[in-house]
Amino acid sequence: MSKEKPKNLSIKKEAKQRSLKTHQKVTNVIVYIILVIVSIIWITPFVMIVLESFKGEATCPTDAIIPRQFSLKNYKALFNIGVEKKDEIKFFRWYMNTLIMSCVCAIIQTFMVLCMSYTLSRMRFKGRKFLMNFMLVLGMFPGFLSMIILKKVMSGWNMIGENAVWGLIIIYTASSAMGYYVSKGFFDTIPKSLDEAARVDGATRATVFFRITLPMAKPIVIYTLLTAFMGPWGDFMFAKYIVNNATDGMNVAVGLQNLIATSEGLAAHYTHFCAAGVLVAIPVTILFMCLQRYYVEGVTGGAVKG
Amino acid sequence: MRFFIEKARKGDIMKPKTNKTTGTKKKSVPVRKRKSFAEGVKGFFKAVGNEIKSFFTIFVDGSWRTKLSYVIFGFGNLVLGQIARALFFLAFEALFFFYTIKSGWARILKLGNLKELTEQVEFVRLFNKDIHVELLLSIFSVLLVVVCIVVWRNSFHGSYRNDKLLKEGRKIPRSAFDKGVINFIKAVGNEIKSFFVIFVKGSWRTKLSYVIFGFGNLVCGQIARAALFLAFEASFIYYIINFGLAWILKLDNLGDIGSHEEYDPIFDTYVRVNGDNSFKILLYGVLSVLLCIVCIVVWRMSFHGSYENDKLLEEGKKIPKFKDDLHDIVDSKFHRTLLTVPAIGITMFTVFPIIFMILVAFTNYDGAHDGYSGLFTWTGWANFMELFNTKTSNLGYAFVHILLWTLVWAVLATFSNYFLGMLLALLINKKGIKLKKMWRSLFVMTIAVPQFISLLYMSKLFAKNGLINMLLIKWGFLEFPFDFWANTTASRILVVVINIWVGVPYLMLIATGILMNIPEDLYESARIDGANPFQQYMKITLPYMLFITGPYLLTSFIGNINNFNVIYLLAGGAEANSNLLTSGGSASDVDLLITWLFKISMGTESNYKLASVIGILIFMVVSVISVIGFNLMPSNKNEEDYQ
Repeated sequence: MSKEKPKNLSIKKEAKQRSLKTHQKVTNVIVYIILVIVSIIWITPFVMIVLESFKGEATCPTDAIIPRQFSLKNYKALFNIGVEKKDEIKFFRWYMNTLIMSCVCAIIQTFMVLCMSYTLSRMRFKGRKFLMNFMLVLGMFPGFLSMIILKKVMSGWNMIGENAVWGLIIIYTASSAMGYYVSKGFFDTIPKSLDEAARVDGATRATVFFRITLPMAKPIVIYTLLTAFMGPWGDFMFAKYIVNNATDGMNVAVGLQNLIATSEGLAAHYTHFCAAGVLVAIPVTILFMCLQRYYVEGVTGGAVKG
Repeated sequence: MRFFIEKARKGDIMKPKTNKTTGTKKKSVPVRKRKSFAEGVKGFFKAVGNEIKSFFTIFVDGSWRTKLSYVIFGFGNLVLGQIARALFFLAFEALFFFYTIKSGWARILKLGNLKELTEQVEFVRLFNKDIHVELLLSIFSVLLVVVCIVVWRNSFHGSYRNDKLLKEGRKIPRSAFDKGVINFIKAVGNEIKSFFVIFVKGSWRTKLSYVIFGFGNLVCGQIARAALFLAFEASFIYYIINFGLAWILKLDNLGDIGSHEEYDPIFDTYVRVNGDNSFKILLYGVLSVLLCIVCIVVWRMSFHGSYENDKLLEEGKKIPKFKDDLHDIVDSKFHRTLLTVPAIGITMFTVFPIIFMILVAFTNYDGAHDGYSGLFTWTGWANFMELFNTKTSNLGYAFVHILLWTLVWAVLATFSNYFLGMLLALLINKKGIKLKKMWRSLFVMTIAVPQFISLLYMSKLFAKNGLINMLLIKWGFLEFPFDFWANTTASRILVVVINIWVGVPYLMLIATGILMNIPEDLYESARIDGANPFQQYMKITLPYMLFITGPYLLTSFIGNINNFNVIYLLAGGAEANSNLLTSGGSASDVDLLITWLFKISMGTESNYKLASVIGILIFMVVSVISVIGFNLMPSNKNEEDYQ
């Protein structure tokens, strides 16, 4: 009897493990099914946009998901090839506007954010806490509130309407240092002892910043560049308000929304909009996929440290 | 993060004393004896009796502070430095009396006179409002009185508690806000003191520095500093005398005569004459005042700098030369160097516009009074009064209606994304699931596509002549196209659902990063204890996530209150609700406060005064939610912990 007992137990254990394994397999299959369904739901609209952009038979929404006739007509129309009304779609202009804004903003905003976050993270000075609380309170005002006066001021400087690009660059970047939180969280994690060691060796604070901290901050610099670059690509509210319906100054978001805002516009330009969407999404998506690692680091870090 | 893991190791997570909101706290339910109804009534009367007794005893026993707290709510707190509480009490008292005297009392009286109330209801129908609004407002007024009595009781009881603490020689509890305000007042006091002390104690150089900026530096050989000071002073005086003073003086009524037509006797015609421009007066007036503040700061720097030189000379030390200043810029004062550009940007493009727009809320600046052809002027609190004036204006109703939907939307949008995103992350991270990276990239790709493309596409997909309607008709579910964006319920559900589609991948990304950091041994020990996956989720995963992402939840909640893109791009063309028609233009049932603000600013009326009122109200809503949120946060993490 006493000899049989352990054998019995091991058999039971095996059976239990086997049942656990099958149980796990079943749940895994269920999870796979859910994941497939969910990802189909998430991806389908994008596939539909792409399909729509190749639709050759009509420019308005039709009830066909898969186009009956594939053609590059819509892409050509974006660059005014084969269109009767030449001045309706100024896609190239909008694209360049957005590109200029994004590049300039990315550089200036990164500079601003780095200055602010490094100072607040590394240096202790009088009024530091006050400054942080002050910016916190300022951030609670809706950003759009100040647009009314900024638009008036910008119109005085001739930076709205057709020249909205420069006005918008100023608006996007001037106060961008207030978004220092993620970056400060990153600097907080770099050990202070490094700075102190360098300071003992006679380095100035500027040297510490440029020679020691900045090289280590590559991930956060790339993250800030990336988010700052993507900001103007997607901004709608400020751009729409500043641009004043002048088609020459629009960014892609405002331009495309303007194109299909009315039902006539929708009928005439729906497929053009889809083609434009594809062209806008491609460079951002490629950039994003390349730098995804940094983005994920920044986002999770930001969420963790608030 | 490290902080949390250490806590977890110590087992603090399982003992949820430290984090109240994690939901794991089990309230110890005291064993209650069943009381008979009679006993309950008896107890109630006893409590009421005690309350009444304490009302008199506290008045007799209490200090003068407590006695005054009976009239001025929170006075006892204010004197003892509990400023946050005192402000709450005072604000409540002021608002309560203001509302009750202005309209609440009349409403309460109306409750007794039903006939008039029904007439009121008829009147309200003219405005197309919900007919119960007036009745609800009357009941609200009564409730407010009850709340006021409770607050009143808390006011003098609180003050009495402080009295007791003082008697026992214990410390009065103060919040961080209180300490900040007290420090600020102290700092201002010190500044004023030093102003006189330095003048009395300082050398003749310092005394002259009060008049001639940088004189002390000049005499001591700090030429560069002195030159900067002098240049500033000269240009400031030049500006103020020639322009600034005129602007500031006109601030009192923002201009007398606008541009108008005047008779020209030589040409015998009327010609347009430029007059005052209220907009410019307000703009340059405020800028000039800001410049004066800057000047005061520079002035302070001037005599303080000179006084420092005095001290150095007394101690026989060397006075820093220009070279030392340059070294300071990259070393001990490097923070100033770094902050200069961002600070200028924030002051000019955020602080100044906000000051300006707050001031606009107290004027009648709109399309008809644009400052040029029609001057605008100060109107006091009139724009805010319009909110309370339910008889002639629709504004208060529209605001409450839109605010409620904004809050509902923010709750739905934030938490639906949060939990579904976490669920997706859990599914992808589940043991035994292959191609994790592929799944993740699939969803991350949807983040990369600019939001406006997907949102506009979705909006048109559900439009009246969009694909969804066509398919539904083709397959025979519908006979006529259904306008999703014209239907309140449908459009509200749609924006929430589409927001899930837009936002879940983002949360999946965040949750993945955090979930991978949960120490595996926590789960193992839970499994040994026989916890099933759901229990593990409720006791480990969820508390951990909430603890770590508390601040993120708060910011994303506020982000959703101001979520312009999703609402405007999806439902910008939604049909306006005639009940929400105000002097600023129309709004739809899906509109949030921020899109309403946008529509008012873009509207043909250009009702800027209303826009700034709404902007200030959004600020108030957001700040109240932030304060509540911060206090709910499981831990106010100390930033020094990481370094």
